[in-house]
Amino acid sequence: MTSAGIPAVKAAARPTGGGRRLRLSWLGVVPFFAYVGVFLLLPTVIIAAGSFAAKDGSLTISNFTSINQPYLVKSFVNGAVVSVVSALAGGFAGALLAYAVVTGSPRGLLRRAVTSASGVLAQFGGVTLAFAFLATLGTTGVVTIFLKDHGIDIFPNGVWLYELSGLTLLYAYFQIPLMVLVFLPALDGIRPQWREATESLGGTTWHYWRYVAGPLLAPSFLGCTLLLFANAFSAYATAQALISQGNLIVPLAISNLLTSETGRAQPGLAKALALSMILIVTIVTVLYAVLQQRSARWLR
Amino acid sequence: MVSSSSGASSRPSARAGVEVRLEDLKRRYAGVTALDGLSLTLAPGELVALLGPSGCGKTTALRLVAGLEETDGGRVVFGGEDVTNVPANKREIGMVFQAYSLFPHMTAMQNVAFGMQLHRVGVAERRKRASDMLELVGLSPHAHKYAHQLSGGQQQRVALARALAIKPKVLLLDEPLSALDAKVRARLRDEIRRVQLEVGTTTLFVTHDQEEALAIADRVGVMQSGRLEQLGPPMTVYSRPATPFVASFVGLTNRLNGVVRDGAVEVRGTRLPLVQTDATNGPAVALVRPEAVTLAGEGDSTPGPLNGTVIATAFLGATSRVTVDLGDVTVLAQLATSDAAAHPAGTRVRLALRPDPVLIERDEAAPDHG
Repeated sequence: MTSAGIPAVKAAARPTGGGRRLRLSWLGVVPFFAYVGVFLLLPTVIIAAGSFAAKDGSLTISNFTSINQPYLVKSFVNGAVVSVVSALAGGFAGALLAYAVVTGSPRGLLRRAVTSASGVLAQFGGVTLAFAFLATLGTTGVVTIFLKDHGIDIFPNGVWLYELSGLTLLYAYFQIPLMVLVFLPALDGIRPQWREATESLGGTTWHYWRYVAGPLLAPSFLGCTLLLFANAFSAYATAQALISQGNLIVPLAISNLLTSETGRAQPGLAKALALSMILIVTIVTVLYAVLQQRSARWLR
Repeated sequence: MVSSSSGASSRPSARAGVEVRLEDLKRRYAGVTALDGLSLTLAPGELVALLGPSGCGKTTALRLVAGLEETDGGRVVFGGEDVTNVPANKREIGMVFQAYSLFPHMTAMQNVAFGMQLHRVGVAERRKRASDMLELVGLSPHAHKYAHQLSGGQQQRVALARALAIKPKVLLLDEPLSALDAKVRARLRDEIRRVQLEVGTTTLFVTHDQEEALAIADRVGVMQSGRLEQLGPPMTVYSRPATPFVASFVGLTNRLNGVVRDGAVEVRGTRLPLVQTDATNGPAVALVRPEAVTLAGEGDSTPGPLNGTVIATAFLGATSRVTVDLGDVTVLAQLATSDAAAHPAGTRVRLALRPDPVLIERDEAAPDHG
């Protein structure tokens, strides 16, 4: 080895010109922030600004006071009911399905099949889902007619498919697979040693779920259910394709207020409604993140 | 096992263990035999280590004793009571797992108290006994920390306290040190032994680490292919291995070709007495411990019969392991480090084999190797 070699290497590694090296690592996140800025922040700012603007452009809060109309309050309540019911149904059914999956082999066929199907079905909303239900469970749907031919009328008291209960059923269709996808990591974090430790300490299956697995999974379950609520509460395309008219839920009311064919569009009120929804979904999402963080600390 | 009444001391009383008998235990998984008629008796308060390579059946044996798996045959008996068909939660066992068994949403204190809670021990008694157990394992200052705030060694000490807090009939340790680094492992090993002696619970300790087993156990059981090859005190297992497998698995062994003749094996001019007294005459491989190999310098007044060259020395602390090349075979010699220093690499030495009883293998095709 030559002693001259060492300083030579050090000199080569030094930045030339005596200036500071440019830090370019932040360039990697530019596309992400550009995307978030254009498709999330900018629309939010436009909606926020529009919700405080009167038709003549002046500043006003009348758009928010106008929300307190019976039909709009009802659409909020309806939206909340559909979201809560479909989130709870999807949450419990999805959690059970996810639990069935984790009890099998990690690389088994059941797990691969369920996770792949869930990945597709969780995105299977909108017009295609509404059409699938209309074609099967609509008044002239295949299943409806088949059952009718066999003496079973699924609409004895009117066509519930186009009402809240029908919408809830449709939402559950994509809520269940979504729950499977978001709840699986928490279930994977549960270690078999905890059940065996409970047993060796004298505990039963009930004790295990009551004192160990239940408390460990509760934050994640609650967080995931909140996510399902936000998912349903902000859904538009499925309801629009299924029902198309009326103000059953808030997104449909917003649509009607923006696209009135009789020249009575109220974009300011629509934006006030949208901003209210954004606030609700933001609160729910923050709660979800907090609960997930708590759960992740335990189930690493 | 757990009493809600407050005694003079909340620690388990000394020699609280019961006799544990494993009788002809059998277990198969999908056609593969994991346990092939294992029989073993642990005296009250005794610590027996089951030692063996992966897949030898030692963990299966422990899980059958715990009741976490069902037997395909045989019996498990605690203190005269057949518990073979008793579920794990009614067997009155304490168990420490390899790692990650603490409940992460509970503090160390809550973990230790959990078993007592399941047994409906009163809150005050529960707290007192949990504090005592944490003190026993030296973790009182960490009582209110969660698992993720404790080191691996601390977590295993909490797991030990949790297992003992319910005053189990039997303590089962499933490789509890394998996930720890060497220094922590040695310290915790000694601590487990201290605590076990103090509480006197009959203990079955499963490990693949021979050093651990030899250091901690009253008796060591060496297992292979679902069977117990040898069971005995650590010294006996090491110095008088019953089978070639035990000789090669426990400690290092030189395998030297020789010839059995008239109740002894001749290895390169040295007659060594045989452990297997019924061995017939003929070629055999002698299993010679490195401690039974002595070295002397070429000019020494007590030369050995074999000439060789030192090719390497491994420093092990108080002793060193010297590798000597005899030309056609290398031989390991374990010497005091001060003696090994006299024979640095490249030195010509004379080598002798101490005439301790040795085991032989009938494997004539096997070449000599150290």
